[in-house]
Amino acid sequence: MLQKLLIANRGEIACRIIRTAKRLGIRTVAVYSDADRHAQHVQLADESVYLGPAPSAESYLVVDKVIQAARDTGADAIHPGYGFLSENEDFAEACSKHDIIFVGPPVSAIAAMGSKSAAKAIMSEADVPLVPGYHGSEQSIEKLQAEAQKIGFPVLLKAAYGGGGKGMRIVNQDSEFADALKSAKREAQASFGNDKMLVEKYLGNPRHVEIQVFCDQHGNAVYLAERDCSVQRRHQKVIEEAPAPAISQRTREAMGEAAIRAAQAIDYVGAGTVEFLLDSDSKFYFMEMNTRLQVEHPVTEMVTGQDLVEWQLLVASGETLPLAQDQIQVTGHAFEARIYAEDPEHEFLPSTGTLHVLRTPATDSHIRIDSGVIEGDEVSAYYDPMIAKLIVWGENRTIALRRLVQALHEYRVGGVKTNIDFLRRIANHQQFQRAELTTRFIEKYESDLFVDTQPLVAEYAVIAALAEVSGTVTASANPWAQRNAFRLNQAPCFELALQYQDEAVNVAIEQTPQGWIQADQPDIVWQAHYQGDRLIVSRNQRQFSVYVFNAGNEITVFTEQASLRFIRHRVADTLSDDQATGSMTAPMNGTIVEVMVATGDTVAADQAVVIMEAMKMEYTIRASHAGTVENVFYAAGDLVSDGAELLSITPEES
Amino acid sequence: MTVLSSAVNPKDPTYAANAEAMQKVVADLQAKVHAIKQGGGPKYQERHLARGKLLARQRIEKLIDSGSPFLEIGQFAAWECYDDYVPAAGVVAGIGQVEDVQCMIVANDATVKGGTYYPLTVKKHLRAQEIAERCHLPCIYLVDSGGANLPRQDEVFPDRDHFGRIFFNQARMSALGIPQIAVVMGLCTAGGAYVPAMADESIIVKEQGTIFLAGPPLVKAATGEEVSAEELGGANVHTRVSGVADHFAQNDEHALALARRSVARLNFKPAQPVPQHAVEEPLYDAAEIYGIVGTDLRKPYDVREVIARIVDGSNFDEFKQNYGNTLVTGFARIHGYPVGIVANNGILFSESAQKGAHFIELCAQRKIPLVFLQNITGFMVGKKYEAEGIAKHGAKMVTAVSCAEVPKFTVLIGGSYGAGNYGMCGRAYDPTLMFMWPNARISVMGGEQAAGVMAQVTKDNLARQNKTLSEAAEKELKEPIIEQYEAQGHPYYASARLWDDGIIDPAQTRTVLGLSLAAANNAPIADTKFGVFRM
Repeated sequence: MLQKLLIANRGEIACRIIRTAKRLGIRTVAVYSDADRHAQHVQLADESVYLGPAPSAESYLVVDKVIQAARDTGADAIHPGYGFLSENEDFAEACSKHDIIFVGPPVSAIAAMGSKSAAKAIMSEADVPLVPGYHGSEQSIEKLQAEAQKIGFPVLLKAAYGGGGKGMRIVNQDSEFADALKSAKREAQASFGNDKMLVEKYLGNPRHVEIQVFCDQHGNAVYLAERDCSVQRRHQKVIEEAPAPAISQRTREAMGEAAIRAAQAIDYVGAGTVEFLLDSDSKFYFMEMNTRLQVEHPVTEMVTGQDLVEWQLLVASGETLPLAQDQIQVTGHAFEARIYAEDPEHEFLPSTGTLHVLRTPATDSHIRIDSGVIEGDEVSAYYDPMIAKLIVWGENRTIALRRLVQALHEYRVGGVKTNIDFLRRIANHQQFQRAELTTRFIEKYESDLFVDTQPLVAEYAVIAALAEVSGTVTASANPWAQRNAFRLNQAPCFELALQYQDEAVNVAIEQTPQGWIQADQPDIVWQAHYQGDRLIVSRNQRQFSVYVFNAGNEITVFTEQASLRFIRHRVADTLSDDQATGSMTAPMNGTIVEVMVATGDTVAADQAVVIMEAMKMEYTIRASHAGTVENVFYAAGDLVSDGAELLSITPEES
Repeated sequence: MTVLSSAVNPKDPTYAANAEAMQKVVADLQAKVHAIKQGGGPKYQERHLARGKLLARQRIEKLIDSGSPFLEIGQFAAWECYDDYVPAAGVVAGIGQVEDVQCMIVANDATVKGGTYYPLTVKKHLRAQEIAERCHLPCIYLVDSGGANLPRQDEVFPDRDHFGRIFFNQARMSALGIPQIAVVMGLCTAGGAYVPAMADESIIVKEQGTIFLAGPPLVKAATGEEVSAEELGGANVHTRVSGVADHFAQNDEHALALARRSVARLNFKPAQPVPQHAVEEPLYDAAEIYGIVGTDLRKPYDVREVIARIVDGSNFDEFKQNYGNTLVTGFARIHGYPVGIVANNGILFSESAQKGAHFIELCAQRKIPLVFLQNITGFMVGKKYEAEGIAKHGAKMVTAVSCAEVPKFTVLIGGSYGAGNYGMCGRAYDPTLMFMWPNARISVMGGEQAAGVMAQVTKDNLARQNKTLSEAAEKELKEPIIEQYEAQGHPYYASARLWDDGIIDPAQTRTVLGLSLAAANNAPIADTKFGVFRM
């Protein structure tokens, strides 16, 4: 068995691996960057090694540094987690060169699956069904376009060396092909250093169903049921479940066996995932094989009762698989919801900041939370903004789903925007409840899932004001600390200037003998008081409880329906507005990809002027108004901070 | 601790009648306050707002911590004192919390006669400063005033407690380490220019605030120079050239944000720790005070019923309960702050006066703030009482009250007549803050008594001439006296002249006292040295 394990990762997955290693009596070594000096994974591990600056390219992705860390601490194995170096063959190679066990498949397997086109050739050989497509090496626009025409539109463009949706485009018609190809290639080049493209048939309403496979070094291979990860946005999984609902036992077994064939075709060892597209006619097609532990592995663990990290460590130690295929039982149903610091209303833009509030549902045998952060931690712009994975189990899908909804309701995060309400709307959606799944689920039910919060703003602002005047939660002797809006010889009257998204929201409430009212809506009488940390609100005698996060500049109101995050109106912000006229700023920390204009150029309003990349996604910054470019402050490759002025445009004389 | 029990019966018709009567005067008070809060009225308010300025009260709302209390003082200042309508004497003042620091805020209301200083405006401004100095409250002046009211210059300029005293106070308070911050949001002319100039730190609003010793008309008259107000003393000049102001604000809101920032940076700490004592609400509803007290000052009630509705948990430990029982003395807490309460429960006798003196000595010794609940017709009169030396016993109480260095808070809850006013810490005895209920009356004696005295003197004179006073003539003599006393003893009349710091709704008494105690807690309490007590 392994003695000491270095975890070449961060966040929840590092924490999760450390926990299993500890249980097995394996000593653990964490690695960290400047941004993670005080992170949970560092605190959990027995030892830790500093890697370098916050950007992962200078820390977590530097093979030599990680290997050196393992050598310095005497670790005999490295677990790469997911992402980072987990599917990097050079890294696996370096491990073996230094006699360090790489907890993952052999280098050859990574290499074989690393290129999508090569992988497809192997799969075709092993009789694993493939989506019709072109995987050839000739990459001229003409050739690719001709192949697309042959396959028939719509087609899917994919980066041969890609993953996670980067460098991927759906092309609906011939005329869009050239533009889409260009942008996909650019993204692929930026993300993977290689812009080779595949063209495939694009399926209409497929589901994403993947098989968890496991192989040991002795030729044994099993599959641990499947996961349905159909609910995705921009090809990123949002909610996953196991087992996949509404699939016949025959299809299930056929997929499992195909997955085993796929793994064996490349002499696979360890945990792997074979992803299939499952069409409505129960036909399935191989998509790709991920040669690592998946983010969503906990749902498999919940229904099989197995610890997949433990399996990985056993296999890496040279032991045989703990169970044979016929010993693997699936019990009940599990969901995983990925809780992200992001803004679903604004194209899922990552939301960075401090997690001032992080209240989670109580964990038990039904509810599991894998997280690498605690209240007070930062969500930085350097890494994936995932806060946690919420995993629930139930005796069947209905029960599990009910638990998921409830647990999401109890999940409260303040300080950053999150996708929790969005997840709840998916979980509550009728079609999701009926398991009518497709990879286009979010797109299809967009109008239900992205609800307009505007109608809620006015009333939620009242609740925010009520929270403000309902006193501090802790009783203080100093009556000046009370927020009762006391006024001599007059009923308390209270005004609160807020901002919701980009809009100013002003709310004024006054107290009457019956309760609080707004002057223009005297028929709606509000009352509120704190009970512990919950605010009990009554609106015309109908009582409900809400949770209000009220600190610093932020007031977030969490209700059964939704959570709205208000920012206190700050004078300084308003003032900078008029001064900022004429400048375009970076929406977040990131890197400039391309500056499309030069000083002196005339630009039209809305014209794309800068492309920047942040959080592994491209953002186009457009001219806020027509005019002449006065100054360009950055060039391609420069790092910019959130809010940095990128260029200034002198407005057109009107 | 002794928990006070209450004998109040809300079903009692007297209670209902009392409640109704008090409700009526409170409603009248609230209606008048509502009117006062409208400042110079819609016409002037609209004109003011159209200039992009905030109203005085809006400025205060944006200055203080969101949702926090504001304890206004002198709401009725200048009420019906002048032919001009000068609500709140054209200046809004009170204690408010800014960045967790209790501050005295003085905001000129330019919608009221251009914010000019009437005699009572000066008196109110000085009173606000006096409270600030007494309680160690940083002062924030929101300046928007045309300066002294020129037609009344003889009443606002020359005397000790006139306009100049404002700057004297600023200098002296600054010397004591009580920060002085000025925000120039409008005119700040002539003498007024010294408010920002004398301040520790000052802020001026772009295109609104102007500071100059002489405005453009006077400059033109004096030297012939033609200059705009902005060029002469605008924000640019004063923050970039003259250095008369320190911070440049884009607008009112920005200026107030800058003022908040300044306060946050004061490094200001209360002289005394906030008591870490759990705050219990009284066991009985404060609104019941209406039914207990009523408005007929001749009807007696047990003042403990009032105390039970003011103090924490209705807990009240009486001192000398069985002695001199027309004065109730004892210890309690209000919003966690320890207090000694001195409350009238009838006329003062020699014993009650001695008891009062004793109790005040105790509180001064222990540095416990005093709360006086004043409802007193006076000291007992008559041969027996003069003979037992009621004058010297009363003098003991007056000596004790005069010398006690602890914060003193006086609430006139009923009558305030004669020497009773002195012993119970009337205005002349420098209470830190003093409030009046709307049912209270204040005068040297009751109207009936005064009229009676006058009638008696007249009768005696006539008797010497062997004449008598007819009943009709006596009535004719007495009525105007009674009317005069009623008018001049009325809370509106009293508060208009700043004989107190405000009229308060009896139901708000506990909150007002709590805020006052907490504000006074910013200042240290000096040791008391008493004068000679006549034995």
